[in-house]
Amino acid sequence: MKPIAYSGDLERNLRTIIARTYVRIVGSGREPSWLLWDTVLPMLTLSAYVYVYRVMNAPREFTGFVIVGGAMIAFWLNVLWNMAAQLYWEKETGNLEPFLIAPISRMAMLMGMAIGGIFNTTLRALGIFAVGVFVFQVEFLVADPLAALLVFVLTLAALYSLGMVFASVFLMYGREAWHTSHLLQEPIYFLSGFYFPVKFLPFWLQVAASIIPVTFGLDAIRQILILGAGLSEVSLHVGVLVIFWLVLLFMAKWMLRYMEDHGRSEGRLTLRWQ
Amino acid sequence: MENSVETRNVSRIFKSGKTERSTRVVKALDDVSISIRRGELFGLLGPNGAGKTTLIKILCTLLLPTSGSAYVRGHDVVKDAGHVRKIINMVTGGETPGYGILTVAENLWFFSQLYGIRGDIAKRRVTELLDTVGLSDESATRMNRLSSGMKQRMNVARGFINDPEVLFLDEPTLGLDVLSAKHIRGYIRNWVNKQPEKTVLLTTHYMAEADELCDRVGIIHEGRIVACDKPSSLKAMVRDRTVFQFNVAGSGDYERLKAVKGVVGLSWTHHIESDTSTLKVVLSDQAVASDIESALRASGSRILSVTTPEPTLEDVFIHLVGKGLE
Repeated sequence: MKPIAYSGDLERNLRTIIARTYVRIVGSGREPSWLLWDTVLPMLTLSAYVYVYRVMNAPREFTGFVIVGGAMIAFWLNVLWNMAAQLYWEKETGNLEPFLIAPISRMAMLMGMAIGGIFNTTLRALGIFAVGVFVFQVEFLVADPLAALLVFVLTLAALYSLGMVFASVFLMYGREAWHTSHLLQEPIYFLSGFYFPVKFLPFWLQVAASIIPVTFGLDAIRQILILGAGLSEVSLHVGVLVIFWLVLLFMAKWMLRYMEDHGRSEGRLTLRWQ
Repeated sequence: MENSVETRNVSRIFKSGKTERSTRVVKALDDVSISIRRGELFGLLGPNGAGKTTLIKILCTLLLPTSGSAYVRGHDVVKDAGHVRKIINMVTGGETPGYGILTVAENLWFFSQLYGIRGDIAKRRVTELLDTVGLSDESATRMNRLSSGMKQRMNVARGFINDPEVLFLDEPTLGLDVLSAKHIRGYIRNWVNKQPEKTVLLTTHYMAEADELCDRVGIIHEGRIVACDKPSSLKAMVRDRTVFQFNVAGSGDYERLKAVKGVVGLSWTHHIESDTSTLKVVLSDQAVASDIESALRASGSRILSVTTPEPTLEDVFIHLVGKGLE
């Protein structure tokens, strides 16, 4: 065999990101039935909320709030159940050891998982969005589409950085962390206002909700898409999302490093079913 | 000659249990010092739980030693793990890393990217390796449709994907059929022979594998290296001893034979199909064989045959440890 020409650190990490993204996207594409079920089933819950609001004679824009919230839930679930648990599953399937002995940044691996997850979940969210808009005839008032895109991207960046933090915790604490995911799922549906604007929550609950990045992202996206707000009206949201993103990204890097060192020391990196 | 892998007084202790009362302490490695030369195929032979995998995990930067130091090509595996990772790879027998939904070729390409191997070179390398492990016809087959033997062959191919300078093989032929195992062993031997700068550390509990493949063998027992030399030199250790093999009808606990004066060590295997047992006894003197025969007869065992086979690495292990590998 001919000698191999190796690339430098940056190129190697970029290749890792692309390769891990490829696994996610191609893997999902080979079993596309998930898209149908992941689009149709959430519509049942969304429909229930829409009809409740209509029975209550709630303002018409509430239907739009529910549909946007329903689409964003897809990202939260992807972060909580796929992104967070991914390293844990890699360990269970025997992939973690080859990853850890490879000369790559662990963040590159997680970045690839995140990008693949975002791609797949965007399809799912678009499906939910399209079906919701078609069925319930939601009206949009988009004055600043670029602001919508910016807020959407920042929300995902902050949310998936949170997923990277979770991933390192799951890696070390396995099934214990799994139970925590169950614990987090519903309270975050509630606190982040997936089905209603958080401004209707009591003040102290709004404060509690403000530690969740998706709360800000969702509120800003609703304001832009449904209430016709521009970038200046959601500048606070944008600022907070940027801070969330940077802080969570730094935390993720630090925690991955800490968990890996701790795992090497305790011998827990490769123990299964802990 | 330069050492490729070196450990100096490496020990590793595992603690389990959450409270002080329930804490269990296991010393998996105890003061292990080995030196493996560049170009050498070194075998680590020992029973399950002897510490082979623990040592490999330390050398592969997956685990920290509790004390001592270890180096791969001069790089400290604790302080300089990043450098070590660039020049190593590892294959663990019984593991099948990869994604079931991807094809065999895609999986190997995926792992090649973790080493930054560029497009066409990666594809060519994948093709060559699939050919080497006899999986060319399965390159487009999804991994979840492969037999376990094929998955293991793919795993072996993965270990060579970056053409590592130092390759760690932890029971690489575990679970493989005889032909596949032979094929893989041949490839490993060739790989080192053709590229004298490469080094392989292989752990196994298959005596024949260690004997056939390795330039030198370290015998590990309860976390300690009890002997380390060329297979022929190790076998020479028992040449002045006498190895007897008794085939007896039925089964039993032959541990008591160790009490016979002149018995250095023994091991036995029960063959269920024929309901017979094979006892391998290393004796200090040929004359002791008659005492063994008497002891067996006295306990009601029917001796079917007695032979004196050529010493094997198993006999070396029995000689050193007092019991067999199993």
